[in-house]
Amino acid sequence: MSSFVLTGARILGTEKTDIVITDGVVTEVAPGADAPGATRIDADGLVALPGLVDLHTHLREPGREDAETVESGSRAAALGGYTAVCAMANTDPVADTAGVVEQVYRLGRDAGLVHVQPIGAVTVGLAGERLAELGAMADSAAAVRIFSDDGNCVSDPRLMRRALEYVKAFDGVIAQHAEEPRLTAGAQLHEGEWSARLGLTGWPAVAEEAIIARDVLLAEHVGARLHICHVSTAGSVEILRWAKARGIRVTAEVTPHHLLLTDALAESYDPVFKVNPPLRTDADVAALRAALAEGVVDVVATDHAPHTVEDKECEWPYARPGMLGLQTALPVVLDTMFEPGSAGAVDLAPGRLDWDGLAERMSRRPARIAGLAEHGRDPAPGAPANLTLVDPAARVTVEPGELASGSRNTPYSGRTLPGRVVATFLAGTPTVLDGKAQQ
Amino acid sequence: MITHLLSAADLDRATATLVLDTATEMATVAGREVKKLPTLRGRTVVNLFYEDSTRTRTSFEVAAKRLSADVINFSAKGSSVSKGESLKDTALTLQAMGADAVVIRHSASGAPHRLARWVDGSVVNAGDGTHEHPTQALLDAYTMRSRLGTLEGLRVAIVGDVLHSRVARSNVLLLATLGAKVTLVSPPTLLPVGVGCWPCAVGYDLDAVLADVDVVMMLRVQRERMNDSYFPSAREYARRYGLDVARAGRLPEHAIVMHPGPMNRGMEIAPEVADSARATIVEQVANGVSVRMAVLYLLLGGKS
Repeated sequence: MSSFVLTGARILGTEKTDIVITDGVVTEVAPGADAPGATRIDADGLVALPGLVDLHTHLREPGREDAETVESGSRAAALGGYTAVCAMANTDPVADTAGVVEQVYRLGRDAGLVHVQPIGAVTVGLAGERLAELGAMADSAAAVRIFSDDGNCVSDPRLMRRALEYVKAFDGVIAQHAEEPRLTAGAQLHEGEWSARLGLTGWPAVAEEAIIARDVLLAEHVGARLHICHVSTAGSVEILRWAKARGIRVTAEVTPHHLLLTDALAESYDPVFKVNPPLRTDADVAALRAALAEGVVDVVATDHAPHTVEDKECEWPYARPGMLGLQTALPVVLDTMFEPGSAGAVDLAPGRLDWDGLAERMSRRPARIAGLAEHGRDPAPGAPANLTLVDPAARVTVEPGELASGSRNTPYSGRTLPGRVVATFLAGTPTVLDGKAQQ
Repeated sequence: MITHLLSAADLDRATATLVLDTATEMATVAGREVKKLPTLRGRTVVNLFYEDSTRTRTSFEVAAKRLSADVINFSAKGSSVSKGESLKDTALTLQAMGADAVVIRHSASGAPHRLARWVDGSVVNAGDGTHEHPTQALLDAYTMRSRLGTLEGLRVAIVGDVLHSRVARSNVLLLATLGAKVTLVSPPTLLPVGVGCWPCAVGYDLDAVLADVDVVMMLRVQRERMNDSYFPSAREYARRYGLDVARAGRLPEHAIVMHPGPMNRGMEIAPEVADSARATIVEQVANGVSVRMAVLYLLLGGKS
């Protein structure tokens, strides 16, 4: 029997209390709570959050273990405060069969640092031509519920309709990478002032918005669940607002980097800032922040995309798009969205979040979308002990060499961000203590 | 003087004028029996060309040799680059060989900017993707000043495929710095979204600007654009945006016609116009050597 007492923690920032964890479950939450023989952890001043859940992680294994493995990505996730991550299907081989998703699932279980929930491909080989065996993946040991061709858009409207309809049989959701490929051929950077200045082919906002508009109508038509990956434009927000007001079953995610960074950073031609969808404008950033606070955009997802030095230290057009995110997501969200000292939603300034709002968007809602019942639950008696302790007063300067990922492609190198994950518990076992991974 | 020449925006008015004035001095060398100065003796200039461009490479080579520099031509074809060597590794190799300046032509926009982070010597952008070609803009400005006396207040129309043109980008930036007034004339499909932030005017009608310009600069239309629906057909393009004899006749008497070459005769420019006394196309080539001598001299001449 293992037990821990977290002393002096503030649950969601409001109550200072003691938390007892016994055999993977939160058994008591009260000032002075204790358990015989328990390991005591000083959590004075730390905020206890439900363990973070990422709907959008690239772990690269199988196929590109030189960039990331399930284990190294899991370690980065735990250090970032995550207890569950959904692993995207664009591996090599593609996770488009029960065999591959079960392999990823087992690798995650063996690493034991976070719950790794595989995402299955929508189409065979991400080719966008015929449906993968979605049911076999759903029925596998991995129990896949999210399907995505991320990296590619399911651009054929008829195939997208079929996919949305088919996964209704097992309450699945299609997570769409919204990008009309004919409008983004050769695209390198958000189409606008900076693409014009830098001579880089533009990725127009309308290429994302057109697909989202089409797909929410398809989802409405067939009564299916749709999730939009990495929303990046103000126009997309408006379409989502309209769709939600109509009652369409659509959810959406925004990445931390789209909440903070803009296309002007491409001026350096440093491909660390190259990502898909591309960094957008100040106006888009403002719209995304407001939409996340309002709930039009449901969750924060990292789109953690590790790449080797060779894939990034080159000419911009040749560099692979993507950036690391797992270890910096919470600090970036704290930096861009959090209002310190807020006691509740009624006190919040527009466009800002308190701890509860943050937990909703980084833990509870993503867990609900992914169907992960053991995650996204507040530290309360009876809940699985998947939780994270955060020091909100800390400020940490990002040093790429100190990140746990197998890659170094962080856009935040040298940037000082608020908040530090002090401890993470997965099913009652500490995966991170004193800011250090335990395996 | 600046360390690198990556963009026409690197040049402020005083520096750009210094380059043009220095080019005037350098031009006298071409008229001598011995066309050589000892200025860069012992210095090594590498021409690092990832794209074929005999015209530009030769121009830089002649410029460097007239200044007595040692010149190494490094072509991507048949080199370690064709075996997959990265730009960074190539840069480190050149660094180890002691290159004082690297003149780079590359199909990727921004490649010279990346190179400049990895080598200690000066980097000169000889054309990067659809981004810039600053020495072309300098030689164009030099040619305009030579023909028309001044750049201040000069009215320049740049006509054609602006979207894919590194020449247009560099010219807009440099000419604005030097006080000229630029109007881009192009089908809307061949103008970048975001062109509104450039220091120039934009129009779609060539006939509307002809009577009111001192310089008309025709851009090359690349063959692949003709098959990619940027415009309906070569014939329609030539009718709406080609500088034919009738249109050239509506230019002010003193106006000059420029083209960076190579030309599609009969498409963006009629042969009679290209060969007329207004046209500066051959002068531009000659002036290119003088301007590139000036750039290399100013980048390297002052260093020990």
